[in-house]
Amino acid sequence: MQGEPYILWFEEIDKRHHALVGGKNASLGELTQAGIRVPPGFAVTTEAFRVFLERGDIRDEIYRLLKPLDPSDISEVERVSRAIRKLISETPVPEEIVVAIRSAYDELAHRVGVSGVPVAVRSSATAEDLPGASFAGQQDTYLWVQGRDHVLVRTLVCWSSLFTPRAITYRMEMGFPHEKVLISVGIQKMVNARSAGVMFTLNPLNGDRSKIAINASWGLGETVVAGEVTPDEYWVDKVTFDIVKRVISPKTVECVPNPHFREVTVVAVPEERQMEPCLTDDEILELARLGKQIERHYGCPQDIEWAVDKDLSFPESVVILQSRPETVWSRKKQDDPSLKPKEKPTDYVASFLLGQLQPKQKET
Amino acid sequence: MTQKNGAFPSPFEVEIPAELEGWEEMYPYYYLFSEERREFEESKFWFQDRMHHPEPLYPFDTITAESWWVALSQYTTRIFVIPPALGIDQRVVGGYLYISANAVTDPDLVQKRLEHFQKRAGYYYQNWDTLYAKWKEKAEQVIRELEELEVPDLPRYDEQVYEDESVVMEGAGIGSGYRLLEAWDRLIESCYKIWQYHFEFLNLGYGAYVTYFDFCKKNFPDISDQTIARMVAGIDVILYRPDQELRNLAKKAIELGVADVLKQNKPAEEIMADLEKSEAGKQWLEALEQARQPWFNFSTGTGFYHHHRSWNDNLDIPFAAIRGYIEQLEQGNTLDRPLEEIQKERDRLADEYAALLDEESRKAFLDLLNLARTVYPYVEEHNFYVEHWHHSIMWNKVREFGRLFVKHGFFEDVDDIFYLHRFEIYSALYDLVTSWAVGTPARGPGYWPSIIARRKELIERMKAWNPPPALGTPPEVITEPFTIILWGITSETIEEWRRPEAAAAATLKGFAGSPGQVEGPARVIRRAEELDQVQEGEILVCPITTPSWAPVFPRVKAVVTDIGGMMSHAAIVCREYGIPAVVGTGYGTKTIKSGQRIRVDGNTGVVEILDHE
Repeated sequence: MQGEPYILWFEEIDKRHHALVGGKNASLGELTQAGIRVPPGFAVTTEAFRVFLERGDIRDEIYRLLKPLDPSDISEVERVSRAIRKLISETPVPEEIVVAIRSAYDELAHRVGVSGVPVAVRSSATAEDLPGASFAGQQDTYLWVQGRDHVLVRTLVCWSSLFTPRAITYRMEMGFPHEKVLISVGIQKMVNARSAGVMFTLNPLNGDRSKIAINASWGLGETVVAGEVTPDEYWVDKVTFDIVKRVISPKTVECVPNPHFREVTVVAVPEERQMEPCLTDDEILELARLGKQIERHYGCPQDIEWAVDKDLSFPESVVILQSRPETVWSRKKQDDPSLKPKEKPTDYVASFLLGQLQPKQKET
Repeated sequence: MTQKNGAFPSPFEVEIPAELEGWEEMYPYYYLFSEERREFEESKFWFQDRMHHPEPLYPFDTITAESWWVALSQYTTRIFVIPPALGIDQRVVGGYLYISANAVTDPDLVQKRLEHFQKRAGYYYQNWDTLYAKWKEKAEQVIRELEELEVPDLPRYDEQVYEDESVVMEGAGIGSGYRLLEAWDRLIESCYKIWQYHFEFLNLGYGAYVTYFDFCKKNFPDISDQTIARMVAGIDVILYRPDQELRNLAKKAIELGVADVLKQNKPAEEIMADLEKSEAGKQWLEALEQARQPWFNFSTGTGFYHHHRSWNDNLDIPFAAIRGYIEQLEQGNTLDRPLEEIQKERDRLADEYAALLDEESRKAFLDLLNLARTVYPYVEEHNFYVEHWHHSIMWNKVREFGRLFVKHGFFEDVDDIFYLHRFEIYSALYDLVTSWAVGTPARGPGYWPSIIARRKELIERMKAWNPPPALGTPPEVITEPFTIILWGITSETIEEWRRPEAAAAATLKGFAGSPGQVEGPARVIRRAEELDQVQEGEILVCPITTPSWAPVFPRVKAVVTDIGGMMSHAAIVCREYGIPAVVGTGYGTKTIKSGQRIRVDGNTGVVEILDHE
């Protein structure tokens, strides 16, 4: 792996870089390359982490500590976790890596024209050749991080998040060798979200792929993801591009930046704004368009996080933060034999006619 | 949950009004529920076929029902060997047709039938276009032969009129009486035969279409029935042709400068006389004559009843429509259907939905879409050949026999013949032929008039009776595919029928047939001959709309029907005209009164009566 870069910008990342940048960053890279509007950013690669462990000479020590662990012995796992994270925080980061991260951050600030631009710092774990690898490291996210030094500190915290008690236990239970799991860190321009939420490129209630379901609330999307508010619902028909349904709910709280403490906080929404739709029709349709484009790119229904940036003007304001394949309905569909391709027309018709014989509950 | 028994009356316990006493004599013995088959008949579920036979059956008119009884059933049971289904049974109660589906439930038997089905249906799907081209030739052959069928005219028994000398000189050895009986046989055979052809492709066609429909619904549960149909529907189908001819005739009238003659509000006959007076008028009449054969053999009803007359029988109907089209043209409307746009939209929809599926499902979708597009022309067109073209001629051929009976004193009116079952007509013909042959009086003139008078009264009383929608034992769940496919009857429909209060509700639920929302005064029309009552801007409420009612569509705001399966042609025509339709409400004509204000929502399939007490 000699010669691999420490930093990869999102627009440089494609599928081949999965091992270097982890699932999350790879996905942001792929979206960026596909022409989807994603806030700019870069990945601190696993190579940086690997070099950090090697130069600091702590790699063998870490895996020696982990080796005899019994995952059911909670206090022992916690003790080891603490020891490893202490080791990481006390080990100096090689100067070339420090320089690389700092100058990448400065470059980002330069690109967006905001000095000390607030960013989100996220861990993005990876493990070669292991299915489900993206879960093997627990995801850590730090929002509204400002300044090159704070970014460096959070990067280090993300690295050590590979060794939280939960991450250690999870890997052991799932049978992932600790040595095979590496960590990358994503650093992305923070969205100053007026509204945000999630979007399914199918009807999550019945699997209908001709519909897009958007859940939206005021502020950052964290309240929607965590279920802290009942979001507005907007439904768009993918074929006709009609907004076929809107359900406006009282959005009582929102997640907003707290620049003073360089973090975000959840605050109450004034009553008069609670029942106001948090998206305009143009924004809804722009989101649907992006959703459809992402689905086409990946070839399967997506579960997407998005936001509307109040500092930017439409349509640049509508941005995608993350996209992953929707799994529930994709799996369910595979079980129905009548949906499979067949050889001859009679095979289809016979399969349908015989299917009628099985009494089934009619869906409503 | 549903109770298994007792929800519908046993076929043996139906309360038939006392004034219908003696109704059984109009129908053959095999059409009646009987003690010998009681156990079997009570175990079955029977529902009234309001889709095809909403009115009481005239004795002769049972021929359409009896023809499909055999034709549909044989293709299911014995020819294509549809794995999970046998034929559809029929019975008559108080003049109304009840039918019962038969499912095959033994898995071993289904499996055995499947092998035959694969081979036989496979052959038809594989060679559909070639076989369908042949079908058109066969159907047109039957129609030509029927048209050419000569009904010999016999002199009255007491007239000294003799057979033509040629019978002797050419050594023919056959008399006109024999030829009369033969002509009757040919006429009946012609009806049986065209119905054989009717079902040659129908079960397979509908089966394929519904398989595609089901696939779309499973993948896109929110997709509307209209969108599914729009991805398949052809644009140049025969069904639209008669209406297109009217539009062309309207254009021609303007071109020739005879528009004002045609715009007169008087009977077609008088308008035609006026047209005869000018050279341009004569030219237009020539164009009319060309359009009439075959396109005006277009029934104003479903074609299942003798009184569903065709445009050819009543030119006032097409003339009224031509008048409307002339007015539209004068207002600057081109009347051209945007064929290219319809075609483009159809393909765009198909592409979009295909793109939404993963590779495997997309292949299945495209296979099924192709299959549906292959079978659809037949599904849309067969009605024109059989119920419209053939039957328009057939009913009139029967009237030729009626005329002969009138001449011989058997009947008072030509149409009295429809009050005799075809087997009775054969007896009466034999009576007539013997009297002609011998030269002595027949019994018929003293025998039939009183029977016909009684039957006329019975039929009128039957029309006033509201028979139960279903009889016998309903299945837990409807699994017989053709009940669902052809009649649109599901377990939910049966639930709906169980609710007597449904008949008094202010809201009716049906299927969304054609999108849009309107309010307006209702006009309830039960029979085609009442169509002239419909006023501009009313909402048509009827048992079932048929595309041959085309002239009425430009006048109405919306359409509501009692019955409508997923394949109802009515819905297709309403979409074509861009007016909302709710089909299959079950009780529309019974619940809504003419003049009441109603709200029709063609997006959700709901009809509300706004001034309901």
